[in-house]
Amino acid sequence: MSLSRNEMHNIAHLARLEFAEEEVAALADDLSRIIDFVEQLSQANTDDVLPMAHPLEMVQRLRADEVTETDQHRKFQQNAASVEEDLYLVPKVLE
Amino acid sequence: MTIEWETVIGLEIHAQLATRSKIFSSSSTAYGAQPNSQANLVDLGYPGVLPVLNGEAVKMAVKFGLAVNCEIARRSVFARKNYFYPDLPKGYQISQFELPVVGRGEIHITLDDGSRKRVGITRAHLEEDAGKSLHEDFEGMSGIDLNRAGTPLLEIVSEPDMRSAAEAVAYMKGMHTLVRYLEICDGNMQEGSFRCDANVSVRPKGQQELGTRTEIKNLNSFRYVEKAINIEVERQIDVLESGGKVVQETRLYDSAKNETRTMRLKEEANDYRYFPDPDLLPLVISEEEIEAVRGTLPELPDQKRERFCSEYKLSDYDARVLTTSREMAAYFEAVVEASGGEPKVAANWVAGELSAALNQSGRDIGESKVSAAALAGLLKRIADHTISGKIAKEVFAAMWDGEGDADDIIEQRGLRQITDSAAIEKIIDEVIAANPGQLEQFRGGKDKLFGFFVGQVMKATQGKANPGQVNQLLKKKLA
Amino acid sequence: MHDKTIAELSRSLQSGDFSSVELTTHLLDRVESLGPQLNAFVTVTGELALEQAAKADQRRAAGDAGPLNGIPIVHKDLFCTDGVLTSCASRILDNFISPYDATVVGKLKQAGTVMLGKTNMDEFAMGSSNENSCFGPVKNPWDDTRVPGGSSGGSAAAVAARLLPGATGTDTGGSIRQPAALTGITGLKPTYGRVSRYGMVAFASSLDQAGTLTRSAEDAAMMLGAMAGFDPRDSTSAEKDVPDYRATLDDSLDGLRIGVPTEFFDDGLMPANKTAVEAAIHELEKLGAKISQIHLPNLGLSVPTYYVVAPAECSSNLSRFDGVRFGHRAEKYADLTDMYKKTRGQGFGAEVKRRIMIGTYVLSTGYYDAYYLKAQKVRQLIAADYAAAFKSVDLIAGPTTPTPAFELGAKTDDPITMYLNDIYTIGANLAGLPGMSVPCGFVDGLPVGLQIVGSHFSEARLLNVAHRYQQVTDWHTRAPEMAAGGTART
Repeated sequence: MSLSRNEMHNIAHLARLEFAEEEVAALADDLSRIIDFVEQLSQANTDDVLPMAHPLEMVQRLRADEVTETDQHRKFQQNAASVEEDLYLVPKVLE
Repeated sequence: MTIEWETVIGLEIHAQLATRSKIFSSSSTAYGAQPNSQANLVDLGYPGVLPVLNGEAVKMAVKFGLAVNCEIARRSVFARKNYFYPDLPKGYQISQFELPVVGRGEIHITLDDGSRKRVGITRAHLEEDAGKSLHEDFEGMSGIDLNRAGTPLLEIVSEPDMRSAAEAVAYMKGMHTLVRYLEICDGNMQEGSFRCDANVSVRPKGQQELGTRTEIKNLNSFRYVEKAINIEVERQIDVLESGGKVVQETRLYDSAKNETRTMRLKEEANDYRYFPDPDLLPLVISEEEIEAVRGTLPELPDQKRERFCSEYKLSDYDARVLTTSREMAAYFEAVVEASGGEPKVAANWVAGELSAALNQSGRDIGESKVSAAALAGLLKRIADHTISGKIAKEVFAAMWDGEGDADDIIEQRGLRQITDSAAIEKIIDEVIAANPGQLEQFRGGKDKLFGFFVGQVMKATQGKANPGQVNQLLKKKLA
Repeated sequence: MHDKTIAELSRSLQSGDFSSVELTTHLLDRVESLGPQLNAFVTVTGELALEQAAKADQRRAAGDAGPLNGIPIVHKDLFCTDGVLTSCASRILDNFISPYDATVVGKLKQAGTVMLGKTNMDEFAMGSSNENSCFGPVKNPWDDTRVPGGSSGGSAAAVAARLLPGATGTDTGGSIRQPAALTGITGLKPTYGRVSRYGMVAFASSLDQAGTLTRSAEDAAMMLGAMAGFDPRDSTSAEKDVPDYRATLDDSLDGLRIGVPTEFFDDGLMPANKTAVEAAIHELEKLGAKISQIHLPNLGLSVPTYYVVAPAECSSNLSRFDGVRFGHRAEKYADLTDMYKKTRGQGFGAEVKRRIMIGTYVLSTGYYDAYYLKAQKVRQLIAADYAAAFKSVDLIAGPTTPTPAFELGAKTDDPITMYLNDIYTIGANLAGLPGMSVPCGFVDGLPVGLQIVGSHFSEARLLNVAHRYQQVTDWHTRAPEMAAGGTART
């Protein structure tokens, strides 16, 4: 199968990726081939097979409800592109 | 011909769980800290960090499930809900999707007319809260505070069982009372600890099929829930009656304009791409763990209300008012025990004078300026006729203002009731002598003037005369 | 001294032949002179290394030195290192100074190792040739026109070229074993959950596992002993004791049952590789192992399964790179959505973007069941194949890769050909099994690897088999010619 331009646009939007116009054709081609390739999975008989999300049969461990963190926001915010009054700044969030 | 419309409402309540630390990290959940000071690497979604589940949040979810007779899932799964938003640091919210920890159950709520209604619970699941966007002007930018990110939430989803805004409010109040009884949520609605989304639709009465619904997001007061639903129902009916169609969408309630409006879509096609979070393993809860939590369940609001009716012979209304919160109920019971008097009198005082004073000063009962023991001390003085009920209100006001306990105030202000018959008779004689005209009219058959004489006597004694005695002695004198 | 293994260096340091500062200085010189030819490093932390080496020498003087004390190593640039650039070879993180150490980094520091720097890799560990790096490709020390394999290509090249005796790597679909095979060194991918993932920037969380690149199985045993163990910060970390991996290295292989999957010897396997691998299996037989043929019938579906599961997880894992709290942010944008799109569009390389797109697609409404859920079910079938095999054999042996190192650029135009490189390694990741690649010969002067895979938590057995094999062969001691260059101080 091949991905339509519209599908490409939708996926790129969901993933918040911008592509240059000249990249799009080659990318659509690559993606279509990869999807064709993974399509082989449909041949496998998986009736009554449970999906496997983890390689080990383990269960979730629980943490004690304790506060052990100290305030390090100054240190952490050194990596941020834009900070003011201890807040991370982003282009205006629309309501 | 006009169609009669029926409203259908389901609520999704978000209750912040009262854990000390966050659901997947050991940062504090305390409200009101300096921005981002309580957002650690996990809360910030730093590269390489991983979530570890807070056991207390799980216990609280189970506690809730048991209180509303829900099925507790022996095995539940955390999933990622993927979308981009600046208050969502990882680009996904860890939630539960296909397998929530709490399954079907029900709650019985009391409507304004005192009748009871069953509301079905579809599910309740654990998830993490997002941060906050602050829209103050940073030159066209928004500021992001991630202190709230990762605070544990229990999302309680109801069946579409409510038929009016008033029912929705009654349900929400019932849940609000319940989560505070269970001590799993502080219920503070101003701080956003307890809020809801309302799914609203209308359909012609008698129709089985549900109408198209809209979702009103983020309602954080009972009043807004009521107003938002009412205005939305009105809007939907207008749309339908003018031949239009209701669009399934998310709406916001604007309290200033009292209207709902379309939320500008976060993205054109919302596709959350839920899948099991590979960083977290299946949450397995054993029978023993469930039983251990069951053992910690307190007396629930309904049980307490029924007990108050039977044990204290209170009316259903009084019992309901007194069981609105665990603290109020405990206060009431402490007053009854310490005063040793009529529960009904204690109930009237707690639900009346005390509640009014609390409301007026904006305090919780835990912050009351008059303790249960102090109020009991006052009630004892009414019971032993040291003061009248009316004087007691004055004493209570003085107690609230910190002037001391009931006995001190009664002494200092000389409010002790006059019970000496001779003294009262003397005053009655003076009153009669001073009002010959009224005496004549009374004797001429104007019975109503009896009240006038009582009032004059009470006035002359500054209300301190025992009203029963005054009545009795006056009758004799005027006969 | 750069020719010595960790075990040998450990003995020399202990007997005072040279100090850690001397060793570190020597290796830093080599890294500076030979490193650039290979493009193996993203960051060289010379000053920090010398400080750590001096401290290691002080500890030794104080009688407080473990076996890894003063041993120089490098970390793949996917492990967070406090105060040091942690780029994942991505433009989106090319300014990211980690404020914390990964658990693996912390544990190796605790063991006394000296960090010389951070190694180049395929961007976010996505690739099999180390050509997907924003810092350019890494070259194979055996032939600089060829790839070193990926994604832990920088770590593999550095160890193969005798710049360092050991390095950390990560293996999501073969990213330790494949480059180890292509550069002629020993690579170990432990059982999923054996080593903490905390601080290891996630590619595909249910597949990622940290491991070692060394020149001998004994060295791998030493490093794994220090890295492994339960970590309360990682919910998927196993609460299992760490055995003394060195203690069982010399155990006999008598009666060891080795299964050889017929599916590993298909048409895709280059005949010369096949010959080398078969010879190695024969060598194990001479050591006492019993060889039998086995089947892993669903193995053929491992690559397509992987290319649904891994992209799905990565599409979500990489959403946090949004230009808000860390990393690159585009300079110009119209609004919030545009900021996201430009930041991510500029910050990620082509292969990463391809995988995010595929992952987004397979999780989206209407495709989830057909792709993601289906892949999870096939994953179960593949895991069941292995489980069934381990009922009759103790170990599975076969090739690590279908061919020796290929030429730079040879497969960059065709993602699927590139993906098929990992056909023999991906199964172990899907099933969470431990695997190793051990040098077992040469084809046209290029190294070939033997892969052994065991059941969950059987690392001790794998290391034992690899070690015994290395006692009777010398493939692992062969060094590329270029390793003889640089400043010769030994």
